[in-house]
Formats: sequence, C-alpha cells, structure tokens
Amino acid sequence: MSRFRSGPLLEVRGLTRRFGGFTAVRDLAFSVHEGEILGLIGPNGSGKSTTFNLIAGTLRPTSGSIRFRGQEIAGLGPAAICHLGIARTFQIPRPFRKLSIFENVLVAAYYGHGGDIDRQQAARIAGEVLESLGLPRSPEARVDGLGAAGLKKLELARALATRPQLLLADESLGGLDERETEQAAELLQRVRDERGVAIVWVEHIMGVLMRVVDRCLVLDHGEKIAEGLPSEVARDPRVIEVYLGSGAAAVEAGVAGGERHA
Amino acid sequence: MNRLPAVALLAVVAAVPWLAPNDYVLHVAIMMLIWAFAYTSWSLMGRFFLVSLGHGGFMGIGAYGTVMLWNHFGVSPWLGVPLSLVLAAFFALAIGIPCFRFRITGHYFALVTLAFAEIVRLVIVALRDHTGGSLGVTPKSALVDGASFSLTALQFADKTVWFYVALAVWLGGLAIWRAFDRSMLRYALEAAGQDEDAAAAIGVDVTRSKLTVTLISAVATAFAGALYAQYQLYINPETVSGIAISLQMVFAVIAGGMFSQLGPTVGAVVTLLLSESLRIFVGHDVHGLDGTIYGLLLVLFIIFMPDGILGKLHALAKRWSGGVGPATAGSRRAVAGPGRAAADEAGPSPP
Repeated sequence: MSRFRSGPLLEVRGLTRRFGGFTAVRDLAFSVHEGEILGLIGPNGSGKSTTFNLIAGTLRPTSGSIRFRGQEIAGLGPAAICHLGIARTFQIPRPFRKLSIFENVLVAAYYGHGGDIDRQQAARIAGEVLESLGLPRSPEARVDGLGAAGLKKLELARALATRPQLLLADESLGGLDERETEQAAELLQRVRDERGVAIVWVEHIMGVLMRVVDRCLVLDHGEKIAEGLPSEVARDPRVIEVYLGSGAAAVEAGVAGGERHA
Repeated sequence: MNRLPAVALLAVVAAVPWLAPNDYVLHVAIMMLIWAFAYTSWSLMGRFFLVSLGHGGFMGIGAYGTVMLWNHFGVSPWLGVPLSLVLAAFFALAIGIPCFRFRITGHYFALVTLAFAEIVRLVIVALRDHTGGSLGVTPKSALVDGASFSLTALQFADKTVWFYVALAVWLGGLAIWRAFDRSMLRYALEAAGQDEDAAAAIGVDVTRSKLTVTLISAVATAFAGALYAQYQLYINPETVSGIAISLQMVFAVIAGGMFSQLGPTVGAVVTLLLSESLRIFVGHDVHGLDGTIYGLLLVLFIIFMPDGILGKLHALAKRWSGGVGPATAGSRRAVAGPGRAAADEAGPSPP
C-alpha cells in the first residue's frame, strides 16, 4: 500500500525542544524515506537522544512538526506512536526481567499494533522474530541468561515484534565491543533488507555506522551541521572539526570508536 | 496441572460447616473467607507494585453504601450493593486517572491512596447523624416474627448459609485472579510495573492498563465490604475503613505472598489465626500487644520472606525438585549458565 504513496515516510520540520533556558534541539529538519537507513550522529550532548525521544513521543516538542506517513504525530504519546508504526530501542537495554524472553516479545507483538490481533497471532509473530534474531524461543528462557549482545537483540526483537515501518535504533552507549558492534550493524542491515523497515540509527561513534547507512545526519549543539552520503559527511570540514577535533584521520580509518566510547 | 489436591482441599473446605464443633469456629472460617477475598482483590493490583493503602476506603464504601441505602432509603442490598460498587468504581477512577496520567507511582501512589482511606473514614465519622459515627451502625433487621432469613434484605440467621455465600465469593475471587493471570493484561502490567517507558514504547497503554486493574481491584474490595456488613450486621469505621484496615490488608498479603493465587488466602488464614489466638490467650490485658506483634512480624517478613509464606514454599519446592530436573529448571539452566541458575531459582528478587 505504501508503495503508491509519494513523499517521505517521516518528515521532521522546525523541530525545537527547550529545557528551561537550554535548547537541546533547534529548528531541526530532515526526512526519512521508506526502506532507508539514516545515521543520526553527533558527539555527546548534541541532541541525538532528544530528537529520538521527540519522535518516539517520550518528549513533547516545544515547537515544530513531525509527520509520519503524512500524519502529524508531534505531541502524541509513546504508545500511540508505536501503534502507528514507529518502534524504538533504548540505548541501554530495558528488558522486563520478570517476564521470560518470549513473554517480553509477546507483549510487544500483542500491544504494539494497537491490540488488533489475538494471542495466537501475537505468539506466532513473537516466535518468528525471536527465531530470526537467533534468540531462544522457549517460553521459559529467562532474560537473566542474556549477555550484553543478547540484551541488545532482545531490545531489537521487542521493537520488531510491534511490526514497525520505522525503527528508531539507539545504539549509542551500547557497551558492545568491536565485533559485537559489527554484528549489530549487520543485524540492522538485515532487518531493513528482510522486512523493509526504515531505520534511524543513532550512534555517537562513526566507525561501523558509516559503512551501513544510506545517508547520514550530523548534529552538534542541537543543530544539523551536515547531511548527506557517509563519504561526503566524513570529509565535511565542519564535521571533522566539531566531531573529532584534530583527529580527522581517525574518521577515515574508522577506528575512532575505541577511544571515544568511554 | 494436577487437579486432585485442589479438589480434595475444596471438599474439605466445603465440609467445614459439618466439621466445625461450634458457631465460633464457623464464624472464624467465614471471616477467613471474606478477608481472603478482600486480600485477593487487593493483590490483583498489589502484585504489580501498584501498592494501594486505600483499599480500606473501598471496603468502607461497599459496607457503608449498602447499609446506608438499606437503613435510610429501604433499598434492598440486591440493588444497594451494585450501587455501592458503582460508587467505589467512581472513586477508583477519581484516584486512578490523575495518579496514572501524571505518573504518580510507588511511594507517592501509596500516599495518595492512604489519604483516600483516611478521608473515607473521616467522612463516615463526620456524618455521625446518618452513619452512627465511630459507634458504628447496624443494618435494620428484616428478621421479624422469628423468621430465619430474608432474601430481600439478604439477611440470614444461619451461619451455614453465610459460609457458602462467602465460599462462593472467595472462589469467585480466585477465578478472577486466574483469569487475570492468564490474560495479556497481566503481561502488560508486569511490563509497566517494571519500566513504564519501555512498556509504553512497545505500545502498552500504561494508564489504561493500570486503571483497568485498579477498577477491578477496588470494586471487588468494595464487594468484600458489603459482604462483611451483611454478614456481621454491624460495621464501624475502624473495622471496615481507614488506614488500619488498609495496612491490615498489606500485611496479610505480604505475609501470605502476593504473587501466587493462594498467597492472600494464606495471609488471611495466618493473620486471623494469629489475632484470634492473641485475643484468646493474651486477651486485652496488654493493650496494643497484637499490633506490636503484627508490626514486628511485618518487618521480619519483609526482610526474610519478601515473597511471603507461599512464595517461600514455592522457592523451596523448586530447589528440592531442582536435582531431578523438571523441564523448566533444566531449560533455564541451559540458557542461564551454571553461575546464574542458582540465583535464578531463588525466585524473583524483592522489590
């Protein structure tokens, strides 16, 4: 159905959020197209997470417009936004530890689309998502058995079980090592390829992300300072200046992650 | 599930009127069932860390609503009870909507509900011209000319009748618990109880889920109050409303275990046995002794048995059968790895 619609999947215009006298996001505009992976990067405190929370409905914008499939969603609550087809992951996984892994995903499958399916269908979706991400499908498997990478996967599984068209993936502060980050990147790419889900990928290191995303948006102090193909953005002198300071070479080498991660 | 023990237990419970040596024992059994139902109602929401200290208020509304309608307007409890439940539902929403919308949770929610319980008690006392104030009130007797029962007034002289009414209500409470336990709403609340933001992010309407369970819990508690009034034929603000009753519920439920179906019932049995034996063996010579012992036990329970008596028994049973390896324990270990398995089997961590 969406194939016949023109225009971007998500369109953000004039988005501003102030906390008292501090402006976390200022007059931000960008769009996300169907099936696209957009990298949202910037140093700590640049407004990435705020932007993210504004789209997901956790925060209300001070001003500006957020349109999803042509519908204004600014100011809606997180559950309503989820029902419309935007799912999110949290930068630090937030599993429901009293529920099993399967139940975690089951709740998401059942409620994620506004409760339009019955329990059997939800169970089927949950099983399918767990399977595709390589998580245990057994109803008894506990969250406690998962390591950092497993928890990230569970976070993703829960988001995917809501059957989103747009996934907001907060990967900053993931606590993953180089190899796990690579795997996470592959996973997101697979999600896009297999499910046709558009992804906004928030990250504060540039390394792996630059190889996977279609387009890249760089924030600094709540404002957009660059947008474009990863290769262009990485050469942008403003990006190099604010983002890496003098370590420009590190960007191209793609190894900046290690030191910056702390 | 093996149904045999449950059926056997139920048969024994149902035979109590014949086994009971005297009316006093039967009376205690009826009180156990009524309170067990009230505690089960409280736990419907308490188990999700929606700790209400206001259920004394709902109980008072159910009890006083029914009796006031009968005494002053001649409204039969058949209509009076539903009307009181509607009133309780109204107050549940009046508390729940603002609290849940503005995310008043945990201690703050407990404080709001605590105030509610006390307000209900104070209102009952303040309207003493109609309610009898702290002296309490007796529903007008419909048992004239030696009649042993009145269906219109729902008054029965025979305790056996009350026993079976209370038994049916208690079973109804267990059925509600069970239906709830198997519903998706339970998962939603379990999720919201642990992390509201994460629950909302996967589409759970947290406010609505909480309101639903609060409504069911409050109405059921009010029903317990109405039942209590009809059975006892005497209520006063201290026995069916206020902070004391609210705390009594919390204590009993913590003692019995709020995470299992029969936990609140165990709590009711244990606390009633405790208070009755204290009353009989110590009497009122040492004023406030029962309260002191309650308080001490509550502290001990929270420290050593946060999941209550039943929760502890479940955990122990699991540990003993762990070596044999039932399906759950085995698969858990496979996923959890050796180090985690032991900790996992100790049950859910305390709040």
